[in-house]
This record gives sequence, structure tokens and C-alpha cells, in this order.
Amino acid sequence: MFSIILSTASRYLLPLMLIFSFFLFLRGHNEPGGGFVGGLVAAAAYALYLIANGIEEAKLLLRAEPIKLIALGLFFAIVSTFLSLMTGQDFMTGIWAKNEFPVIGKVGTPLLFDLGVYFLVLGIVLKIIFSLAEEDNK
Amino acid sequence: MNLIIVLPIIVPLLFAVIMLFFWKNIKAHKILNVIASICSLAVAIILISNVNTLGILALQVGSWQAPFGISIVADLLTSIMVLITSVIGLATAIYSLGSMDEQREKFFYYPLLQFLLMGINGAFLTGDIFNLYVWFEVMLISSFVLLALGGKREQLEGAIKYVTLNLLSSAIFLAAVGILYGIVGTLNMADVARKIPFVEEKELVTVVSFLFMVAFGIKAAVFPLFFWLPASYHTPPIAVSAIFAGLLTKVGVYALIRVFTLIFIQDTNFTHTVLLVIAGFTMLTGVLGAASQNDMRKILSFHIISQIGYMIMGLALFSPLAIAGAIFYIIHHIIVKTNLFLVSGVVDKMKGSFNLKKIGGLYRYYPLLGLLFLIPALSLAGIPPLSGFWAKFVVIKAGLEIDQALIVIVALVVGILTLFSMTKIWNEAFWKDDPKGNENKIIDSFSAIKLSKKVLMFSPIIILALITIIIGFNAEPFFNFANNAASQLLNPSEYISKVLGL
Repeated sequence: MFSIILSTASRYLLPLMLIFSFFLFLRGHNEPGGGFVGGLVAAAAYALYLIANGIEEAKLLLRAEPIKLIALGLFFAIVSTFLSLMTGQDFMTGIWAKNEFPVIGKVGTPLLFDLGVYFLVLGIVLKIIFSLAEEDNK
Repeated sequence: MNLIIVLPIIVPLLFAVIMLFFWKNIKAHKILNVIASICSLAVAIILISNVNTLGILALQVGSWQAPFGISIVADLLTSIMVLITSVIGLATAIYSLGSMDEQREKFFYYPLLQFLLMGINGAFLTGDIFNLYVWFEVMLISSFVLLALGGKREQLEGAIKYVTLNLLSSAIFLAAVGILYGIVGTLNMADVARKIPFVEEKELVTVVSFLFMVAFGIKAAVFPLFFWLPASYHTPPIAVSAIFAGLLTKVGVYALIRVFTLIFIQDTNFTHTVLLVIAGFTMLTGVLGAASQNDMRKILSFHIISQIGYMIMGLALFSPLAIAGAIFYIIHHIIVKTNLFLVSGVVDKMKGSFNLKKIGGLYRYYPLLGLLFLIPALSLAGIPPLSGFWAKFVVIKAGLEIDQALIVIVALVVGILTLFSMTKIWNEAFWKDDPKGNENKIIDSFSAIKLSKKVLMFSPIIILALITIIIGFNAEPFFNFANNAASQLLNPSEYISKVLGL
């Protein structure tokens, strides 16, 4: 069922929700939030767009295959575990940059790991939603 | 730098992720899967040689000191298990190239295989009991998908039973971990082992030990909790069955050995006697169940259960020789059982059925396959000089040394009944004439398979058979290894001090 109100609204809500998801992701270091919740909110943003505009539009907007997002997320996580080895510390030790960055705050390998979680959750939820939507179309 | 300890976990994960990037390219999956298996094998060999020369290795993940962080520990038992996992991983990888259908390959068969191997290696390597639970879940989730992949009716039926019982076992495991944490206030296995002698409520510890026994018992398929195994193991493609049959239940056995040599050793008179009774019944029910079956895969599935009984018997007898026997038994059993499943897969490709009533006359056309079946089959039954003989011999000798005549009698009887089952497969599938008389041939679809694929299917069988023979004729170094691993297990002080850095 196509609704012009939802379709128009989703165009504005999508970027807002993506920004919010990124905010949640960064907030996760010391407060409620993090990669998991952020990824879920981002996936919800795309899901809303899908409901409003259909699966084809949503796929065009996302561009990347959800599977590749999953792979990318896992890859970030693996990379984050290995960076500590370069500084001669044990496997998976968290390394933090000395200075804080504006907006982002403290930057370190746990942030990269969390970014991996973000993409992994986004990819998996979208894979599930896309599969269900395609099943519905048949 | 102890990076080598985590590599058995990282290598499969890394390759699985690379495969996901090339998710449409099946050819890349096949090549990457073989490369991943070879890398894992190399890593496992380096690990075992390091552990052998340097003693127990431990790594504190993220530099969080034990007991607060998660420890990854490799002692001899662990590294033996990791090595054998990688051998089986490679064998299945090659066999899959020749036998797996394209539909399953498209649905991430190869990445799932690597995730499964990651979970198994993780379960072997972790030194933290909650982390063990996590690795069990990683392993189980991949195995659920591998079992159900393809979506045939019987597969789903088997998968539901498998999933339900394994989830139940996970819930019990989690509850047990929670109670244990409540008692000793730590999850690091070495730290638990250090603190548990000072717990005042000894009864509570025994209760928790029984919860662990039930949880791991379901996963190891011991009596009376084995029903899921013969209900599900014959349903997936044979490459999957083979890796399940070889490895998954043995993770349960490994976990039992770990907790009942490291943590719950206060009340051995009681706990290990219960284990001994369980072992006897497991052996008997498994072998009797097999006698009534006619499907090759079901016979072999029931034999997994009866063989698990021998390993638990070794653990339950709890003498250095018995534990060494159990470890030796695991080494022998994983190789042999995987091989038997792979052979049954080839039989199915040749004759189009696993049902012994419908097939026959294979020896006439493929005497080589007959020989390749006989080696693991006779080894499983314990015919000298193959590997199974030494494994049974050690366990039974350990039983005699501490005057447990009853369990020794059971073990011997089960050995004979195993031989009966194996000769049954031999007689029906290889020796007798084809039932319909006119079908004295190999079915067309097998003749149509390309020679290269046939080579890929036969080479892992031949390699595993060679390993069986090597273990049989040259048992001493393997036994020495098992013996050293057993003495490490029975003197937990080295494990505890290495993990906790005391």
C-alpha cells in the first residue's frame, strides 16, 4: 500500500534517524548506546524507507549488499583486535589516541570494534528484512 | 608473544569473512576454504610443538589480568584437539569439493564450515567457563544452519530435535555456570579450581557438578541423553555428517574431561562412579541400538554413542593410564568415525542408497573401496594392530588395574558387538550379491561424476585410513603424547599457576 504522506516523511526521517543512530553509536562509550543499538536504529531507518517506498527503492538507496555490510563489520572487528599487536601489546588490548577529537571524543580500537558491531547489526537486520520483503513480493 | 594461541580461532574467522566479501563467487569459496584449512593445520602444528616444548601457554585477552579477563589457554589436551580438528577440517574441505551440491554452496556452506571450526577451536582453547558457553553457542548456531541447509523434510525434522535438545542443554549449562559463579565468585576455570576446595557447602558443589554433567552429557550424547544424535546425524549431506560425527560430540567429551579433572575433583568417589555407570550404559545402548538398524549412517551414528562410552569410561576410572586412554581414544575415534562416514557417502554415490537391504556387491567392482572401509571399520571394532585396538587396550588395562571388572566386561562385550555391526555392513554392502540381481552395476550418476571429483572424494578417505594405520603401527609416540596430556590434567597446579600467573 503506497502512502504519499509516509513516503514524503520517510525521506526526511531517514537522514535524521541515521544521524541519531550515529549519535547513539558514539554515546555508547560511557553511557547507554553503542554499536548494537546504533545499528538497530540505522536498520530501522532503512526499514521505514522500505515500508514507504518498496523493496526496490530501498535496495537502490542502500547500494551495498547487506551481506557485504556483515562482512565489513566482522572485518573491522578483526582489524581492531590486531592493532594492539603492532604496539607490542597483547592481543585485543585497547589502544587509545592521546588527544580527544572534537565531536567524536576519544578514539581507539574499541571504537573500531564497535563500528564493526554497528555494521554487522545493520547488515544482519537488513538482510532479514529484505528477505522477508522479497518473499512478500513473490 | 602468545599470538599463536588465538590463531586457531582467528584463522577460520578471517577466511570466513573474506568468503563473505566474495559471497557470489563459489569458486573463490572453494579455494579459500581449502587454503583456510591448510593454514589452520599449519597453525595447529606450530601450537602443539610450542606447547610440547614450552609447557602450558596462556594468553590474557585484552591484557585484562586473570581472573578478571578472559584467558585463552593451551595445554597438551587442547592442542591435540585443535590439531585433530584441523585435520578433520581439511579432510572435509577436500571431500566437500567433490561431493557438495551447488545449492548448498550458494547458501554459504563454506563460510559456515569455517565458523563451525572457529567455534570448536574456541571451545577447546578457552580458559573461562562462561566463555566456554559462548563458544558452544557459536558452534551450535553454525551447526544448526549446516544441519538444516537444504531444507528437506527429514532434515528439518532432525534439525528440530537437535536444536531443541541442544538449547535445553545450553540452558542447563548457563544455569550451572550461574550457580557456580554464585558459589565461588569467579568464572576463570583455573581460579575456580583454586577456590573450590575451600567452599563450605560441599553438597552444593556436587549438585553443580551434576548440572554440568547433564549439560555436557547432552552434547556428548551419553546415556540417557543421546536421543537427538541418531535422530539427526543421518539427515544432512555426508560431508556435514562426517564433521559432526567426528567433532561435535567430542567437544562435549572434552568439556567433561576438562571440568571433571580440573574443577570437580573433591568428591570423585561419587561423581566419577556415576560417570562410570553412565559410561557402561552408553556403550551398551549405543551398540545395541546400532544392531537393529539397516541404514549405514544410522548404524554409524549409534556407534558414535557407544564409542563415547569408552571415552567417558577412561575419564571415570580417573587414573593416569585411564585418562591417557580416553585421550588416545578421542584421537583414534575422530579419525576413524569421520572416515567411516565419508566411505558411506561414497557408497551412497555408487549405489544410490544408504539402506543395506537395497545395496550389495560393491567389493566385486570396487575392491579398493572395500579395503578403505575395512581399515576404519576394523579399527573401530578394535582389531589389532589398528589404532582402535590400542585405544581399547589402554582403557581396559586401566580398568583392570583398579579392579573394575564389571565395566571391563561391558567394554569387551561392546567391542565384540561393534565387530558384529561392522561385519554386517561389510556383508550387506560389499560382499553379498546385489539384491535385484540384474543391477550388478554402479549407478549411472556415479559413472557420470568427473574423475577429478572422484579423486577429491577418495583422497581424504585414503589419507585418514593412512593416519589410522600409522597410529596403529606406531602407537607409542601418540600414546606418549596422550600420557603427557593426562599427567598435565591430573596435576592441575601447572595449569592454575600458568593461567593466573602465580
